[in-house]
Amino acid sequence: MMPLVRLTGLSVAFDGAPALRGIDLSVAKGEAVGLVGESGCGKSVTWLAALGLLPPKARITGSVMLDGQELIGAPAPVLERVRGGRIAMIFQDPSSSLNPVHRIGKQIMEALGLHRGMTGSNARAEAKRLLDLVGIPDAARRLDAYPHELSGGQNQRVMIAIALAGQPELLVADEPTTALDVTIQAQILELLQSIRRQMGMALVLISHDLGVIAEACERVAVMYAGRIVEEAPVAQLFDAAAHPYTQGLIGALPPMDGPRRRLAAIPGGVPEPWAMPPGCGFAPRCQFRSAPCDAAIPGLMGLSDQHRAACIRVAPAAMPLERIPA
Amino acid sequence: MLRFLATRLARAALTIAMVVTFAFVVLRLSGDPAQIIMGADAPPEAVDAFRSAWGLDEPIWVQYFSYFWAILQGDLGRSMRDGRDAIVLVTERIPATLALTLPALAIKICLGIPAGIYAALHRNSLADRVVMIIAVAGFTVPSFVLGLLLVLVFAVQLGWLPSGGQESWRHGILPVITLGLGGAAVLARFTRSAMLEVLGQPYIRTASAKGVPWRAVVTGHALPNAAIPTVTIIGFMVGTLIAGAVVVESVFSWPGVGRLLVVAVANRDLAVVQCILLLVAITMVCANLIVDLLYGLLDPRLRAAPRKAA
Amino acid sequence: MKAGGALLEAEGLVRRYAMRRGLLGRAVEVRAVDGVSLKLERGRTLGLVGESGCGKSTTGRLVLGMETPDAGRVSFDGAVMPQPGSAAWRAMRARMQMVFQDPLGALDRRLPIATQVGEPIEIHGIGARSERAARVETLLRAVGLRPDQGARYPHELSGGQRQRAVLARALATDPALLVCDEPISALDVSIQAQVMNLLVDLQEQFGTAMLFVSHDLRAVRQVSHRVAVMYLGRIVEEGEPDGVLHEPAHPYSRALVSAIPHPGRAGQRIVLQGDPPNPADRPSGCAFHPRCPVATSLCARETPALKARPDGRLVACHVAHGEVSAGQGHARQEAA
Repeated sequence: MMPLVRLTGLSVAFDGAPALRGIDLSVAKGEAVGLVGESGCGKSVTWLAALGLLPPKARITGSVMLDGQELIGAPAPVLERVRGGRIAMIFQDPSSSLNPVHRIGKQIMEALGLHRGMTGSNARAEAKRLLDLVGIPDAARRLDAYPHELSGGQNQRVMIAIALAGQPELLVADEPTTALDVTIQAQILELLQSIRRQMGMALVLISHDLGVIAEACERVAVMYAGRIVEEAPVAQLFDAAAHPYTQGLIGALPPMDGPRRRLAAIPGGVPEPWAMPPGCGFAPRCQFRSAPCDAAIPGLMGLSDQHRAACIRVAPAAMPLERIPA
Repeated sequence: MLRFLATRLARAALTIAMVVTFAFVVLRLSGDPAQIIMGADAPPEAVDAFRSAWGLDEPIWVQYFSYFWAILQGDLGRSMRDGRDAIVLVTERIPATLALTLPALAIKICLGIPAGIYAALHRNSLADRVVMIIAVAGFTVPSFVLGLLLVLVFAVQLGWLPSGGQESWRHGILPVITLGLGGAAVLARFTRSAMLEVLGQPYIRTASAKGVPWRAVVTGHALPNAAIPTVTIIGFMVGTLIAGAVVVESVFSWPGVGRLLVVAVANRDLAVVQCILLLVAITMVCANLIVDLLYGLLDPRLRAAPRKAA
Repeated sequence: MKAGGALLEAEGLVRRYAMRRGLLGRAVEVRAVDGVSLKLERGRTLGLVGESGCGKSTTGRLVLGMETPDAGRVSFDGAVMPQPGSAAWRAMRARMQMVFQDPLGALDRRLPIATQVGEPIEIHGIGARSERAARVETLLRAVGLRPDQGARYPHELSGGQRQRAVLARALATDPALLVCDEPISALDVSIQAQVMNLLVDLQEQFGTAMLFVSHDLRAVRQVSHRVAVMYLGRIVEEGEPDGVLHEPAHPYSRALVSAIPHPGRAGQRIVLQGDPPNPADRPSGCAFHPRCPVATSLCARETPALKARPDGRLVACHVAHGEVSAGQGHARQEAA
């Protein structure tokens, strides 16, 4: 089955320093994929690059296919139709991601006009319907409100409403709940799930929080230093993480029950983009490091056809996969 | 709203009073008006007579209060040189000044703002750097230097334009350009940084992510936000419409309010100087008040009583 | 230091701010902290957990004496907290320190780390001058930094290293109390784990008591001996971390615990309706009642007091104490 979006060999460099070093990822129709990693791993850059939202000085190579159409290097009108119309993206800090001098209704109707050609009272009615859908009380009055009159949680709902206005097939949510209180986070995550169920929309959830990913996603890709180091269905990832970094991330989570144990913290820190290790990016911090680790960057090896990890320790008999087969 | 206006008006009145008081004190401290106007050779009795005729021999606080009392009744005094009402002297010169400052303001806005926006949109490109270098030159070079340079080139060397006076509209070209270029430079630089700041905000990225074409992002999303700080500077420029051309009018012998001010100060023509300063203070204060009200229009975050977040 | 008695005792702390509503609105009183009492033993950690607007940061500042409470009092080691800015208060700084969320903001950009770690030692005149360099080195090692990193400037270090430097500086005077206000929120997950381990180690090594203020219940469980949950300026539940986490008694604690995202969620999650309340718009009676799934009409009238259950858990809830049977929740009643 042809995936909805397929990233192949996506690489991004800023002034020579690599931010992404070859990403291969696919998202099927209606699927929920999580992208997890710490700061600087490139998880946001991946999708900003796919949508052409990076500054011009970014050097992008590789391919991003949306239903067979190439997005990298596509002309502006093509990208503008895709953004919001087929792939929508919402960001981390909802209160500063909305234009402070435009009313909420206007911001939603802008998207409606661009992607569905709706104007006037039609657009207004649809904007109200969207606000109801995302759970904003008193939607008709809220259309005339400004972002600063709403709370952070409500602003994030508005962002989702704007994203849904274009009826996209994929929603990329970049740390949508990080800036919000934990009870509001629960509300937003539940909203995203229910919308997905209703609309059959695919979701890419980007987060540093493994717990959030685990709840909302079916499949997870773990990123480190600009590459995907492990990819698996959610349950398998938590039960049998294969890559030492993933194991480290899981071990770093304070447990909810059981005796209080010392956390298995990964020593050291993320390498800087201009000082990438020659071989595996994680090797300097890895307790299983050996000579071949520094020799070459490991490709994603398959433990099973769904679970892959970029580590030479993984099932020596496994076939190293350079590209995800169609 | 009412309280807002009342406080602002009260503050405005206080500012104006302070300006006038300052002028009053400084003028009297800087030399004896009677002596200066009558001239160095005048006999002392004539000077004394002059002094008492104009009430300059009374204690300073008496002069101050009688001046204030007179203002409140609408009498701004008379010129000590030719006896005419100060207010008449000043107002008959205002059109000449406006003939310079209004076109200059148009130049500042129409040249400065687009240049600043262009530079911000093409940051670090050659065009950006050129625009910024010209802008820096524009506001570091004093207006009289610029004016004299233009006179040198266009009037003396090329003979295209006259160098002084107010005989025809062609006499106005050089002074307007001198005034306009300096302000355009300031506005360009300011607009550029306001735009850059706005373009770096997350909501610009949201607009692009929505699929809004870049041009619409700039005009619909960025400009309205960048307008907010830019309006302050324009407000200031509007405030200087009356007396902002002092140097330029002197360089080009243009008979406007600025020129009158220079002459009046030299002559210690107290009433005229005070009258001009009062007018300038009022203009500036009004411009600021309008800017404050405009802020409320442009930036909804500053408007009265926000609604309760549900 | 006195032998018995708690290190820190706070009783009935109240802190009010006057806020102006909008450009011209009326002045409105905001009660950031509305009657908070807590006790902290030597060498133990109390975790203060809650969401934005609950008053936990303000409580931290009151406890340190950085602000004067409008009512109630703080006593440290048996003595009442002196007024901020007074000489007695300044002398007390050596015994209590604060660690903030943003390590970059807490460090001076222009001074190398070692100088900043050594500053409190100099200010309070601890130890002989000749020993100071050695003491700084010991501190750097204790927090897991190498002595040579002492010569670096804050911007040359990573986020985790900066927070370690801040901890070293806080411990320079061997304080009896450390107030940490969201010390790990700004750090990456793996660095958070490192710092949490470090805090526990330091407590063992130095015997410092800690007030750990955070919105992250999991982190609070990891480092605390006792947990207090705050909502709109009051403590609504207090007890052992495992108790509060696994069997929360207060409806808000239950919602908070159920909101924690983790793999393999069993059972339904409780999702609260509405937003965290505005401290300027305090509901009547129990502050949580508009969002509470089991609120009754009593809850709207009477503010529940923080009382102990037979098993030692402190809860401020009419329903949890059995004073009234669980209701349907106020929000639903209002909507009807």
